[in-house]
Amino acid sequence: MTRSRRHVLVVGNGMAGARLAEEIRHRDPNAERFAVTVVGEEPHAAYNRVLLSTVVAGGLGPRDTRLKPDGWWAARHIEVVTGARVLDVDAATQTATVVAAGAECVLTWDELVLATGSTSFVPPTHGLYAGTPGPGTPLADGVVAFRTVDDCARIVEAAESASTAVVLGGGLLGLEAARGLLARGVHVTVVHPQDFPMDRQLDADGGAVLSRVVRGIGARLVLGRLVVERQAPVDGQSAHVVLDDGTRLAADLVVVATGVRPRTDLAVATGLDVDRGIVVDDRLATSLPHVHAIGECAEHRGEVAGLVQPGWDQARVLADVLTGGDPNATYEGTSVLTRLKAPDIDLASMGTVDVDVHDAGHEVLAFTDPSRGRYAKLVLRQDRLVGAILLGIGDAAGALTQLYDTGAVVPRDRLSLMLGRAITRSGAAEAVNLAEMPGTAVICRCNTVTKSAIVGAFRAGAVTVGAVAEATRATTGCGSCKGAVDGLCSWLHSAEPAPGRTTSTTSSTTSSTPEPVPAAAALTEGAA
Amino acid sequence: MTTDVTSPPRPLGRDAPSEQAGVATHCAYCGLQCAMTLTGASAADLTVSPRRFPTNRGGLCQKGWTSAELLRTPGRLTTPLVRRDGQLAPASWDEALDVVSDAIVRTQTAYGRDAVAVFGGGGLTNEKAYQLGKFARVALRTSQIDYNGRWCMSSAAAAGIRCFGLDRGLPFPVTDIGSAHAVLLLGANPAETMPPFLTHLVRAADAGGLMVADPRLTPTAAKALDGGGLHLQLRPGTDAALALGMLHLAVTEGYADRGFIAERTSGFDDVWAVAAQWLPERAERVTGVAVTTMRAAVSGLARARDTERGAYVLSARGTEQHASGTDTVTAFIALALALGLPGNPGTGFGTITGQGNGQGGREHGQKADQLPGYRKIDDPEARAHVASVWGVDPADLPGPGRSAFELLSALGTDGGPHVLMVHGSNPVVSAPDARVVTERLAALDLLVVSDFVLSETAAVADVVLPVLQWAEEEGTLTNLEGRVLRRRKALDAPSECRSELEVWSELARRIGCSTDFPTDPRVVFDELRRASAGGPADYSAVTWERLDAGESLHWPCSAERPQGTPRLFLDAFATPDGLARFVAVDHAGPVEADDTAYPLVATTGRVLQHYQSGAQTRLVAELAAAAGDMFVHVHPDTAEAAGLADGDRADVVSRRGRTRAVVRVDDDMRPDVVFLPFHWGGDARANSLTHAALDPTSRMPEFKACAVRLEAVA
Repeated sequence: MTRSRRHVLVVGNGMAGARLAEEIRHRDPNAERFAVTVVGEEPHAAYNRVLLSTVVAGGLGPRDTRLKPDGWWAARHIEVVTGARVLDVDAATQTATVVAAGAECVLTWDELVLATGSTSFVPPTHGLYAGTPGPGTPLADGVVAFRTVDDCARIVEAAESASTAVVLGGGLLGLEAARGLLARGVHVTVVHPQDFPMDRQLDADGGAVLSRVVRGIGARLVLGRLVVERQAPVDGQSAHVVLDDGTRLAADLVVVATGVRPRTDLAVATGLDVDRGIVVDDRLATSLPHVHAIGECAEHRGEVAGLVQPGWDQARVLADVLTGGDPNATYEGTSVLTRLKAPDIDLASMGTVDVDVHDAGHEVLAFTDPSRGRYAKLVLRQDRLVGAILLGIGDAAGALTQLYDTGAVVPRDRLSLMLGRAITRSGAAEAVNLAEMPGTAVICRCNTVTKSAIVGAFRAGAVTVGAVAEATRATTGCGSCKGAVDGLCSWLHSAEPAPGRTTSTTSSTTSSTPEPVPAAAALTEGAA
Repeated sequence: MTTDVTSPPRPLGRDAPSEQAGVATHCAYCGLQCAMTLTGASAADLTVSPRRFPTNRGGLCQKGWTSAELLRTPGRLTTPLVRRDGQLAPASWDEALDVVSDAIVRTQTAYGRDAVAVFGGGGLTNEKAYQLGKFARVALRTSQIDYNGRWCMSSAAAAGIRCFGLDRGLPFPVTDIGSAHAVLLLGANPAETMPPFLTHLVRAADAGGLMVADPRLTPTAAKALDGGGLHLQLRPGTDAALALGMLHLAVTEGYADRGFIAERTSGFDDVWAVAAQWLPERAERVTGVAVTTMRAAVSGLARARDTERGAYVLSARGTEQHASGTDTVTAFIALALALGLPGNPGTGFGTITGQGNGQGGREHGQKADQLPGYRKIDDPEARAHVASVWGVDPADLPGPGRSAFELLSALGTDGGPHVLMVHGSNPVVSAPDARVVTERLAALDLLVVSDFVLSETAAVADVVLPVLQWAEEEGTLTNLEGRVLRRRKALDAPSECRSELEVWSELARRIGCSTDFPTDPRVVFDELRRASAGGPADYSAVTWERLDAGESLHWPCSAERPQGTPRLFLDAFATPDGLARFVAVDHAGPVEADDTAYPLVATTGRVLQHYQSGAQTRLVAELAAAAGDMFVHVHPDTAEAAGLADGDRADVVSRRGRTRAVVRVDDDMRPDVVFLPFHWGGDARANSLTHAALDPTSRMPEFKACAVRLEAVA
């Protein structure tokens, strides 16, 4: 180790903290300028929290969520201390006291990065905690928050024997948990205090459609209700929860997904400015020099992130700032886009969505099809997309998320914009009206044979597909146009019963409008 | 004679000359090498008719049908030309070759052997590709040889070698695809580039299983949609993100073949670590392809696999021609491996080779780092073997040289070549950032171009040598499935035209090389067989007689595998441990980001009527008329924003140059993308725009994405 190497201490081995270590190493691949230590509270190597709902659903095992293969961090000279807590930080001496495996040690740092993330918020409802409700108190048997890979393992284990589960909270995480438990054959009820699920990302109409969709995949959904009590199983009576209207719901398992809170206790103790999260500026700096914060614990321009992308963007910027890779790097915020990850619920929400259709300051497009579980709402301002909800209309999501991200002017054709291009595309080739097709239309692309050329060949005596092929080469490339040529021959047979004769005007075939020939009929007639 | 491609086939696969009256050969153009019969004794009355063969099933496209026109074009070169007083003037062969050989000797004496360079092409026969490599290494003793295949197949080749240990475009016969119910095409538009290939996609299309990833709604993508299949309309240059997002879905939704991954591959954990971060929702934002569409594509492949109805993933230039092309193909191979497709019958991964001999041309030593038989030039064993066939000391063989663009951009510079010989290529039109390449060509002491038409490159040469074209020569080519085919002579060339084999033999003699350079293609092929023996692309048991008897022989074909190898990797992959490799790669994206000054992404490609730089097909009146002039496809809103309407002339402008084109408004374009075909030169040259950033592994340039703007032309 060279003397001049600076030590970056990252507190938190979650997706933001681990990403920062990786980004720093990307800029200093041989660890010549920076030593990096990541201290993580969980006993596991860094993993991808976003994948946990897939683990609950059975698509992945817990090990599949590792961010990197075993040995990756060590091979890149990133020191990772798992199962460790930072007890306190002294910003004046630039030290931190860390306890790991029961032993305390003091680490010095040149740059400190808090990436402490968030914790699940578990309401102080009677019966959810094993003791006095509050942070630090373990949850009761049969009650699991949904935050860590260990939580995930507990849910999976409980689902083995549970026949009923109640999910508290109908937000993104709650619905993903419900979807995963359904996949494991558990009867699931989602209890949500608002009138519709995912109320932070949807409007009322979209929420109503989503409610139908959630019920349609087999979950029970109880809206506008709170759980006031949870009863552990006693004397052969199964566990259950009680709602504020007195309803009892069987609940072998209770999954709590009622939101998260930024973890700021260490920051507060260190004397940093903390509002909802640790307050950072556009360079991810806190109120003390050489102390930075990223991820869900940080509050940037009043926003506390709840998704991974802002944390990754912040990690990239902070790595540039710390290493000097881009000394002018700033973090300007991340446009938030929420996608529900469930194969049978296709939901995207972005930007401002709670705008009335008749709002004067916006152009709002809406499409509602509750029976088929479809809902689309696009909010435009000055021809640019500022918000959208897409439910069950996944085809359009790709184009719309890009329009939202880039702020580009949206296409004028608003219908295809909203519903996706495939819906407006004309149907299969068989449906094309051969009669109305202009003479210049190319029938055989492989050989650039137009309708006029085929009509000409027909009139010159080539009245079968084979003869047309001989005369014009149509159908001799990929063969795809054989049906069209056949149909054209049939139409000409019916329109001009005496093939080979000269017609009065050459334009008659393109301007006259006889009945279109259905392709199936055309094939039969053509073969006769 | 019926030309109905869908009637019951006669026995296929024979490629014997005597099947019907006329000469049985294969098309002048692309890598599908459609079988055709030439009848007639002279160029004036030669006619082309399609011939039944597994690859084209009796079909031909308009290029093939009209290929005889090239034999009688007034543009045909019939005499050597030497530049005098600034003008190309007719000269005798002796005069022309003297100019060339004098320049070679003078230049190498003054600057060293590497001051003379050679640039080949993927359209040359196997014999010429082989002999060109030998001529460079043994007669010129230069390391400076590369070819236009670097701009064609190199990314797919590099990824194939990296992951499978071997590159053969399709490691299975093309007819295998014909029985598949699911085919995912990546940046491939065979409906225009090799139309008869579509006959092999009919089943997939009819089953709703044709899936096309392309920024444009190409005729191929339209065919997919018409059958109920998919169009993945990604933003140009985001292919790797699409691959990783789909790989993520394959794993999380249970489509991965865990048994195959465990038994027949290595490195999955490393790849998963990358793909795990490519949540499909993230890939959607980058690519613009909806998660539902990705999911449908992955599940479509898996369903066809599970029901044993055939599932293939095929890449082509759209996904490969990027500065990150090797990694992009590597990512798609990882997807195919995760699904357990390669190395199993009825499923697989392949790349669709473009140029006529794009496969054979990349195996026998035209590449800067390569020796015949797909050997590596820095491998001592390979050098010893090939040197023994050539009768030279291995130590005298040069090492690896510059790749295509690096070679061309070094021309006329200190330490760069001062004499260049071009064979079967037209880099003035086809090179990336072609304005720079054209400047470098002008800085040469001598540019020698062998061609049969006055291409844009020949037009700026100092010496132009008139050579034979397809129907005038004997030889072999290797098609897109690794099958060796015979090209047969139907008529004599104009009297002053000579084969390149004769050119090299004569030049070797003139510069004092004692090694024999045979001029009979059959003799050269026999030497190629010996040189390739024991190499990855082993042709040793492929004989002229067996080919003439119509045998279907796919390399490797050797004493151990006398019947050839139609299907590779069924038992083991060609890696040292026999396992296919998952290689961890990430999405990089286009080198040049769009910005307010250049707000659109330009992507380039082909039209049905033209082949490559268009030097040949533009001379065929029927094709030129059908294709029309240079155009640019633009979304109507984008056109209007630039003050343009359908039919207007516009300049497409990048940081490197401008291209003039007629606007064709197209509702199906992405608003952020414009498309330009690259078949024209001069003001209409699409490659005036393109970016020459190179792939770190394959040295493929960034042809398929650059930032541009549209300007109305007053």
